[in-house]
Order: sequence, then structure tokens, then C-alpha cells
Amino acid sequence: MKSLRTYLDKIKPQFQKGGKFEKLHSTFEAFETFLFVPDKSTSRGSHIRDSIDMKRTMSVVVIAMIPALLFGIWNAGHQHFLSLGEAAAFWDKVLFGAVKIVPIIVVSYITGLAIEFIFAQIRGHEVNEGFLVSGMLIPLVMPPDVPLWMVAVATAFAVVIGKEVFGGTGMNILNPALTARAFLFFAYPAQMSGDKVWIAEKADAFSGATPLAEAAAGVGSGAVHFSHSLSDMFLGFIPGSIGETSTLAILIGAVILAFTGVGSLRIMVSVALGGLFMGGLLNVFAVNAFMEVPFYYHLVMGGFAFGAVFMATDPVTASQTAKGKIIYGFLIGVMAVLIRVLNPAYPEGMMLAILLLNVFAPLIDHYVVEGNIKRRLKRLPKPVKA
Amino acid sequence: MPRTITLKKGLNIRLKGEADKVIKEIKSQQFAVKPPDFIGVFPRMQVKEGDTVKIGSPLFIDKFRENISFPSPVSGKVTEIKRGDKRVLLEVRIESDDKNEQIDFGAADPAKLSKTEITEKLLISGLWSLIRQRPYGTIANPDQTPKAIHISAFDSAPLAPDYDFIVRRKGDEFQAGIDALAKLTNGKVHLNVSNTTTAKEFLECRNVELTTFKGPHPAGNVGVQIHHINPINKGEVVWFAGVQDVITIGNLFRQGVYDSEVIIALAGSEIIKSNYVRTRRGSCISQMVEGNVNEGLLRYISGNVLTGVQIMHNNYMGFYDSLLTVIPEGNYHEFLGWALPGLGKLSFSRSFFSWLTPGKQYKVDTNLHGGERAYVMTGQFEKVLPMDIYPLQLIKSILIEDIDEMENLGIYEIEPEDLALCEFIDTSKTEIQTIVRNGLELMRKEMS
Repeated sequence: MKSLRTYLDKIKPQFQKGGKFEKLHSTFEAFETFLFVPDKSTSRGSHIRDSIDMKRTMSVVVIAMIPALLFGIWNAGHQHFLSLGEAAAFWDKVLFGAVKIVPIIVVSYITGLAIEFIFAQIRGHEVNEGFLVSGMLIPLVMPPDVPLWMVAVATAFAVVIGKEVFGGTGMNILNPALTARAFLFFAYPAQMSGDKVWIAEKADAFSGATPLAEAAAGVGSGAVHFSHSLSDMFLGFIPGSIGETSTLAILIGAVILAFTGVGSLRIMVSVALGGLFMGGLLNVFAVNAFMEVPFYYHLVMGGFAFGAVFMATDPVTASQTAKGKIIYGFLIGVMAVLIRVLNPAYPEGMMLAILLLNVFAPLIDHYVVEGNIKRRLKRLPKPVKA
Repeated sequence: MPRTITLKKGLNIRLKGEADKVIKEIKSQQFAVKPPDFIGVFPRMQVKEGDTVKIGSPLFIDKFRENISFPSPVSGKVTEIKRGDKRVLLEVRIESDDKNEQIDFGAADPAKLSKTEITEKLLISGLWSLIRQRPYGTIANPDQTPKAIHISAFDSAPLAPDYDFIVRRKGDEFQAGIDALAKLTNGKVHLNVSNTTTAKEFLECRNVELTTFKGPHPAGNVGVQIHHINPINKGEVVWFAGVQDVITIGNLFRQGVYDSEVIIALAGSEIIKSNYVRTRRGSCISQMVEGNVNEGLLRYISGNVLTGVQIMHNNYMGFYDSLLTVIPEGNYHEFLGWALPGLGKLSFSRSFFSWLTPGKQYKVDTNLHGGERAYVMTGQFEKVLPMDIYPLQLIKSILIEDIDEMENLGIYEIEPEDLALCEFIDTSKTEIQTIVRNGLELMRKEMS
């Protein structure tokens, strides 16, 4: 590693002010700090610092997403061959899925990082690691058959409009990955909604609809017919976006996030409770078939689990106070189920619920902090009446 | 039974190199009083280079509060008045002549003196500088009467000295100091002890309200203790002093002199023989560390690793400090350091596999372990701050200099040291203690 270090030290001046590649300064720095933790030592304040940094934090999140990603790769192949009515070997399914999904990931990362590097250079900042996570989240909320150019356009939109215009990582109001998904959802509705998108070629006898689409269809027909069992939905043998289908794989990620302290368990649990609460309420007052779907189905259908674990917990766009996180999470659960069931035009309520609560998160925090301020003011000795 | 307050939030950082409970005598020749130790003090010199001074001779006074002076810890010659950029006074160096000539301020029983007489004696001897106030951490204002006076009888910071050990056989001096302080307030003198203390000097102390604290660092911080016993509101002032400061004050009343003797713990992974040393305030550390430290680039800290001040190997201890920590410098590149499993890496989070070894003592260097970023993570600071305060919101209000918001969010209740753990665990590597100090200084200027 010493030779690599020596080489980096040798070419470093060219990337600094006045050097040949001055304009690539941020890019060089990003790669340098990726390879080597900087040699910077503390100068003011605490002399020792925790070993954790943003790179470690973000890579924990990426690791937590790997179970969902691997399952998604297999499942893309599985659903494909299922829809053709063909039997296929495990590795054939994985290979097919990988051919579909790896390019999506590559396009997402290249587009996003290129924009990040440009903005970092213009601002004179170091490149922030936030996109390491967003770049993986975006593919995971895409349907496996999404055209690559759409991934690129959506990623660019999310990074520029969703994040950089607010000042970059840490300053954004909306979750960038969901912004990308919402952009596609509203910009290309024909390609993105309905059940056409999920699987390539369909055998006539095969239903490729997602459980959510089936549930929504039940409103018109009077009864919901799921073509998958509850356990299939939990394990993820269903059509859906790449990373969202297997609640089990997502739960593995949730355990990693909660145990390391990187993701907020408080938010995850309160989202689930909110969803169960609203689902239960709808069961009690059910007037159509979708409302009668047992409340716990909501946790395993569509993007609920994925949203709760990986999207709602984004610390930048979530509430920041402990109490606020509970309110924020609960309302996401409630809104997600509400939108799903009562507005069948939007089969995926989770995305809209999280985006909505992203906007309200600062307001929730404001009232929580206001409570703290009131407690402090109450402590003041009462003015003596003259 | 004293009241017990249990704190759950916080973090005990376990470092290698705790001091053995043995006291060694150090005969240092070089001493210094450093004006930057005193927040808000604008020094006006009372001596010139070459002057001879006794123990207790005023070296400089505060230009804005001329009755507050700063005494020499030894008798001898003023060798150098060191100035820095813009002629800021950094150090007044004194070489000891080993004669230990003392100025006699007159012994007296504090119980029989009035508040004015006690204040007068402390001011004349220069030992008023041992009494500090919250908010702002400045030296107390002799014209004010504080709501209460707090003494923290334990330090929970990494490698901190054990005050049970330091106070041993100094119970009478400590009691005399407490008796003097008790005259200065209409409220109580609070002695805040650890639940593990066995020192009868603390437990049997009279004239105080005893409160027991249980929990991890920063339970030993006086700010945290004040917050839980009787928090500071806008416009209120609370005074505080350290254990050795109280002993020094006690000695003034018992013997009538400035007894500048202090016990300092030598600690840290790079000290070969960690123990306690007896010396005087402001002692040069070269005799303590010469031949007693490991090879390599080292950082010498007057104070603890979280809040202390960096000094050179031939430099001087801070006025209020009872701990000298020596740890390795961390200016090296680490290949893919953020990606390694990290079995030996100290972290509050469990993102490194060091959570597998919870009892391990760490050798930690001064590497920053990352670059500065915008605030991204939330809910972390709250886990190490056992106060009803929203740290991230308060820090942000300081950064935008919103005075009303700072006040509302409780800036009067904190000092940088209370948020030192927040700075330690901060993923974004921001300088929280500097931010808090700037906020407090802004408030102090606005309010005066």
C-alpha cells in the first residue's frame, strides 16, 4: 500500500490550486479519502475522536441493503421465468436478474456521482458520501424492467432538484431516492404504473400483478383475489420493485441498521405501528374488499417494509428529535395505508406518505422543541407582584 | 441519606494508562501562570521580567475588574513574559529560588468572618480566581451573590484523577474551604459525590448539601450536576470550584498563605510510569515526562483527552488542571480505514466490531478518523448528554447566532465540556466545543 500512497502523494500537487488538473480537485480528494483515511489530527476541542465517519455510516447502510438487493436479483429472474411458464435453475434466475439489475445500479451511481463531483468542485467542498446510499436506494425502488435512460433522468432529477438546489447532503428536504421514484411515477405514468412494468413477457394464464394491484382491483370486483400466500409475500416471491419484495431480506437490513445505531429503530417501529393501526381501523369500518384485507397484510405488501426501514429512517429528511421521530413514523404508517386503500389511483401509498411527512418533519420537530422551551420558561421564578 | 440522582445517558471512554495511586514528589524549578486559562480576563502586568516575587505576589490583574489578581505559585524570579500574536499575553514564567518565601495574608476562622471579610481576603490573596461561575465559565464576580455554589467531588472523564485519593488527609483544609464558600451564598453549598465514593472527607463534610450521582461520564461535570439539582435560569448565577481549589482556599484561612501545592495525575497510554505527582500550580511538565514517555510523536494535554489543552513537552500545566494526559499523535494515512472490520477501533456506535470486546481499554491517538461534513446523523448527541436540552438544535442556533433561540434552548446551562462527548462521537467531525464557546462568548458580550 505504501507504493500507492507514494504515488498519490506524487500526483497530488497537480490536483491542487494552480495544478494541471485543478478542476478535478474534488474528484481526486474523494478517491484519495476513499483509499486512505486522511492523516488529519485534531487541532481544537476533543483530542480524540470516535472512529466512525460518514463513509463508515453510509457503508453500513449499503451493507444493510445487500440482502434485499441479492434477493431482488434472484427474484427478477424468478418472476421472469415464472411468467414465461418455464422452469429454470437457480443460477439461471440469478444470471438473468443480474443482467437486468446490475446495469441499473451502474447507471444510477455514475449519473449521481458525476453530478455530486461537479457540485462539490463548484462549491469547493469535499464530496459528501450521501450518494453512496441514494445510488443504491434508487435501483432498489425501480421496477426490474425500467429503461436505463429513465434511471439516468430520474437520478439526475433527484440529485439536482431533490438535493443540490437545497445545498447538498444534509440540507435536502425530500428523500432523494424517493424523489427519483416519484419523478418517474408522475413523468412517465404509462410506463410506471399498472402491472405491465413488473415482468417482461407474460404467458396468458399467468397473473403478473403485484399484490397491491390485486387488492386495488378488488374494490371494483367486490372481492380481493391474491395469487400469492401471505408467506410468499413475506418471503418475497412476488412481483414488485427490485428491493421491496422480500420483507424478510429487509428485516435483516433493519436488524443491521438498528443494532449498529445507524438507522433509527424508533422510526421503523412507529411506521409499522402506524400502518397496523390504520389497517385495523379500516378493517373495522370496511365498506369494500380492499378495506377488508387483513391489516397485517399491509406490512408485507408493496414497498411498506422497504420504505419503513430504508426510506423513512433517512436522518436528513426525518424528524430529528426522539419524540418527533415517533410521531413522524406513526403518521407515515397511517398515511401510507390510507392512500393505498382509499385512493386506488396511487397503488403505492408508501412513497407519497414518506414524501409528505418529509415535508412535515421540521414542523413536528418545531413543536417538540417548543415543548422543551416551555419547560425551561416555566422554571423561571415567578415575578413578584408589586 | 443523601439524595441519589441516576443518569443513564453518557459514555465512559476506557483508555489505557490510568494513574497508579502512588504520589511522587517532583521538584520543578520552572512555573508559569497562563492568562488564556482564565476566560474573559484581560491581563495587566504587575511585574516585569527580572523582578523577584514571593508566593502570593500578584503577577497580573484583570484590566476590567482590577480587584481580581493572579498570584505567583512560587518564590523566585520572573524570567519571561511570553506574548503571542497581536502581543496577547500567553505565559508569565517564574523560576523558583527554592526559598518558598510566602506573603502572609493572616489566618482566620472562616466561621467567624463575614461575607465581606472573606471576599476581601480571597481578593487580596489572589485566590478569588479559584472561584468560577456559570454561565460563561468566567471568574466569579465578587459583587454578586450566587444562587448556589457547587463542588463536584469526582471527575468521570477518561483517565481522570481520583479525588477520593487526592483529598485523603486533607479533610480539615477541605472543610475550611467549604466553610468560607458557604458564607458567600444565600443558597446552599452543594457537594456532589459519586455513588462509589468512600472518602469520609466528602461523606462527613459539614455545612454542605450532599448529593450522590450515579452514571457514566459526564455525570462528574458540574454543569450536568447543576442541571439536575437546580438548573440555571436566565439571569441567575451559580458558582463552582474544584476539589483542590477548595483545599487551597481552606489553607488560606487556616495558615494565612497561598499554598499552591496540587496533586496531578500522570496518565495516558504513552506514559511509562503512570502515577500521581505532588507539585505546585502551573508547574513545568518536563520533569514529569522526561524519560517517562514512549518514543514517537506525542500529544501532551493539560487536562483530559476530551476537554484539555494541548501543551508542549517543556510547557506548563493549566491553573485549574489536575491531570496530565499523554497520547500518541495520529497524523498518518490509514488504507481503507473506514472499511475495515475495526476490532480495535473505539466507537460509540456499533458499526465497528469492537462491540465484541466491551471491557477493552483502548490506546487512542489524535487522528480525526474522517473529514468534516454537514450534519447528517440525528439522535446521537442526545445519547451522551444527560440534560433536558436539544444539543443539535442548540448548536444550530449558535451557528446562526440567534440569541433568543440560544437562550430558549438552554445555553446558560452548558459549558463546552458538557458537550465534549457530542464532539467525540460526532460523525460529521464538527468542532462542537469551539462552537459552544463562541456562543457563550457572544451571549456574554450581548448581556454585559
